[in-house]
Amino acid sequence: MNLEPDVLIVGGGPAGLSAARVLAQRGISDVLVIDRETEAGGIPRYCAHPTFGLTDYFRPMTGPSYAAKLRAAVDPALIASNTTVTAISPDLEVRASTLSGERMLRPKRILLAMGIRETPRSARLISGDRPANILTTGALQRMMAEGHTLPFKRPIIIGTELVSFSSIMTLRDAKVRAVAMIEPGERIIARRPSDVLTSLFLGTPVWLKTQLISINATPDNASVLASVTIETEGQGRRDVPCDAVIFTGSFVPEASLMGAMPAQLRDPGTRGPAVDQHWRLPDPRLYAAGNVLRAVETAAWAAREGAAAGNAIADDLIGLQQVADRSIRISCTGPVTSLVPAIIAVPGGAPGPLQMAVRMGRRARGSFTLAVDGKVIWKSRPLDALPHRRIRLTRDLPDLTHASSVEIGFEESPAS
Amino acid sequence: MLSADRSASTGNSAAPDRASYDVAIIGSGVVGCAIARSFAIRGWSTLILDKGGDIIEGASKGNSALLHTGFDEPTGSLELEMIKLGFSTYERIHERMNLPLVRTGALVVAWDEEQLEKLPAIAALAAENGVPNVYVIDRAELRRREPHLADGALGAVAVDDEGIIDPWSAPLGYMRQALMHGARYVTRAEVSNFERVNDQWRIRSSAGTFAASLVVNAAGLFGDHVERMAGRDPGFTIRPRKGQFVVYDKPAHDLVNAIILRVPTHRTKGVLLSRTVYGNLLLGPTADDQDDRVHANVDQASLKRIIGEGEAMLPGLVGQTVTATFAGLRPATEHRDFQLKADAGMHWITVGGIRSTGLSASLGLGEWAATEGSKILGDPRAAPADDDLDWPVMNNLAASRPRPYQSEGRSPIVCHCEWVTENEIVEALEGDLPARTLGGLKRRTRVMMGRCQGFGCSGAVKRLAPHLVGLDTVAPSLPEAAE
Repeated sequence: MNLEPDVLIVGGGPAGLSAARVLAQRGISDVLVIDRETEAGGIPRYCAHPTFGLTDYFRPMTGPSYAAKLRAAVDPALIASNTTVTAISPDLEVRASTLSGERMLRPKRILLAMGIRETPRSARLISGDRPANILTTGALQRMMAEGHTLPFKRPIIIGTELVSFSSIMTLRDAKVRAVAMIEPGERIIARRPSDVLTSLFLGTPVWLKTQLISINATPDNASVLASVTIETEGQGRRDVPCDAVIFTGSFVPEASLMGAMPAQLRDPGTRGPAVDQHWRLPDPRLYAAGNVLRAVETAAWAAREGAAAGNAIADDLIGLQQVADRSIRISCTGPVTSLVPAIIAVPGGAPGPLQMAVRMGRRARGSFTLAVDGKVIWKSRPLDALPHRRIRLTRDLPDLTHASSVEIGFEESPAS
Repeated sequence: MLSADRSASTGNSAAPDRASYDVAIIGSGVVGCAIARSFAIRGWSTLILDKGGDIIEGASKGNSALLHTGFDEPTGSLELEMIKLGFSTYERIHERMNLPLVRTGALVVAWDEEQLEKLPAIAALAAENGVPNVYVIDRAELRRREPHLADGALGAVAVDDEGIIDPWSAPLGYMRQALMHGARYVTRAEVSNFERVNDQWRIRSSAGTFAASLVVNAAGLFGDHVERMAGRDPGFTIRPRKGQFVVYDKPAHDLVNAIILRVPTHRTKGVLLSRTVYGNLLLGPTADDQDDRVHANVDQASLKRIIGEGEAMLPGLVGQTVTATFAGLRPATEHRDFQLKADAGMHWITVGGIRSTGLSASLGLGEWAATEGSKILGDPRAAPADDDLDWPVMNNLAASRPRPYQSEGRSPIVCHCEWVTENEIVEALEGDLPARTLGGLKRRTRVMMGRCQGFGCSGAVKRLAPHLVGLDTVAPSLPEAAE
């Protein structure tokens, strides 16, 4: 194993593999991609439905074929699968568990591309018993990858994100039909076509304004699930019999590795890495891209970010990119919860157009505002901003040489 | 026929089936496992019956994983005596079994002036109890030792000898040693009746009828029920006390060094903060009395309350990822002390009311029960020297010692949160005490126990242990159509 690569990429999913591809194209060949799974490719490897490839390969592909396509673009000799990074020290010494024992690596640059995971029952602090068959979509899809038998027949699905509908399609392959999907909000989170799909093809009802209250085991055996208690706004509580509970979505960055690293490298909103417009963390040796930056984007979007980060790292190593004199963290206020980039590296002069991907914590109607040193310098057109959507804003930034704060906020329209 | 053998269907240990055993132990919680060990190493033919599918499926599966010194127990209590014996025995034998003991020390922290005034009395009680290395430290010293604690921490009693252990591998090791010394373990054997016939106990169970000269009741949450099955007046009633816990992800582990305890009130010791040997941070427990002996459910309001308490003590907890939530039921009774009785006339030993300190006291209770039991059986044997015993070497799950994922030639890692290798899962499914439930597999390996709770490893678990996935999930009757 190459213990002192120019670039170490942690995570061989869409972002990591795309970065490796671009780095090779730019002539940076001293690259190592570490992936903990038996085969690189990331989460698409487990999504057996043709929902991939449309925006980057211009044809529908299943997750596994999409992952194979990403892999094929990278020299296999550069990918170390079955290898797990277990620690990154503050001085960027990387400890990895390999099939031939532990290794310490000292890369020149690190790209963090660890992706995401769903929030399971425990982290949601859900009340009730702790029987078997409480799972996530990720768990469901991995179980299906081991053969199409499942230890349940009538699951209930918590959440209505895109991945929630993916879980319904996965269940259909096992000839399992969910009791219902439940969603605390007043509308489905995934984009509109999905609920048409649900009602027309999949026959699973969606119960809106409905919350999961508790998970209930059978009276005699606390490890056997009997029902869930749910509460629908205006209708009160009731028990719904089911034999599995699938928690879908609520993705969070898979960023525990950053636990030992200085707090200023993290975004306070996502608790994942915070990057500037060059995908760089406040430590100039560290980069990040893909879904580890925020929940959650499509594989194609993560791949595009990975490619962009690959270009930025190449610029850096070739000497085309100068380390900025300083950087300003962009703070998010009001219903705005996260922003990529979360930091602006301030060069001499105006930074030029900045592309920002904003995330909302709740639905709001009104305009985005961008303020420098407390003064609003720009206000967007009025819009209806939904949570769980990528909202792209592009803005020419002024000279920030003497600025001390940049803030993105949201001015809500008076209720009509 | 006295002993109907259904071991083929229940997957029980391979020790020879006997017409009669010297001792039958009811229950394989941590206390039952330790008692089995103490009898078996003395050469007594030992039978263990449990209604569950694996060891430690009742009270013992959810606890705080501390190894207590007994510094704050009532002087002269049986509980103190058992904790001290259990503590010293664990210290003596853990290395031989490859079981961890991380001596973090504990700090009983005072958060106001009133609590501060109580600290000298806590240290004095420890001295009276014969627990060494207990002393009061001031605010500056506390700050030096625990820089992340909130400013309101005014001082503490330091208890240097307290530590943390692996609460699941320890009882597994005790039971495996019992099996190595010829014990027979029968699962899914729910006892229903005890009858004294010709100086023998005839024990009826869901796995057949067994005979033994002596019965040890270590039935935990059902201890009083088992007493009554034998026509005995238990003299105590189990009223489970539920403790809910929150486990934080590994980045929170280093926020404390010692076990952070509160100055106790008359009712509860309050929530504690502790590292776990697996590299997490533990917060809890609550203390909720309930009648239900089966369900250890968590509730969001209580979890949020203890999280609030934890964050008030340790501000760095804010925003840390929660890995797991769980609750344990402790077999509390109306009495303050353990309920230990050795009835020589009836050849019956009761080990009841073992509350929250069962993990620490278990090896002591084992030695006590086997000493009393040997007398009753007419041969007061001492345990052989440690060097003369067979010892199981446990798979290490503790972060403080080398784990399989770090070794050359390891198998693929299948659980990426807890770094569990495929071979560890395969091994946990084999051997003299294989995992027979999904919970048993999780406790032997920590698979599915990490921050993703199976997001990444469920496929591997299904592939390697298909018989355990769904074993406990015989679906109740469900309506066929959606509403």
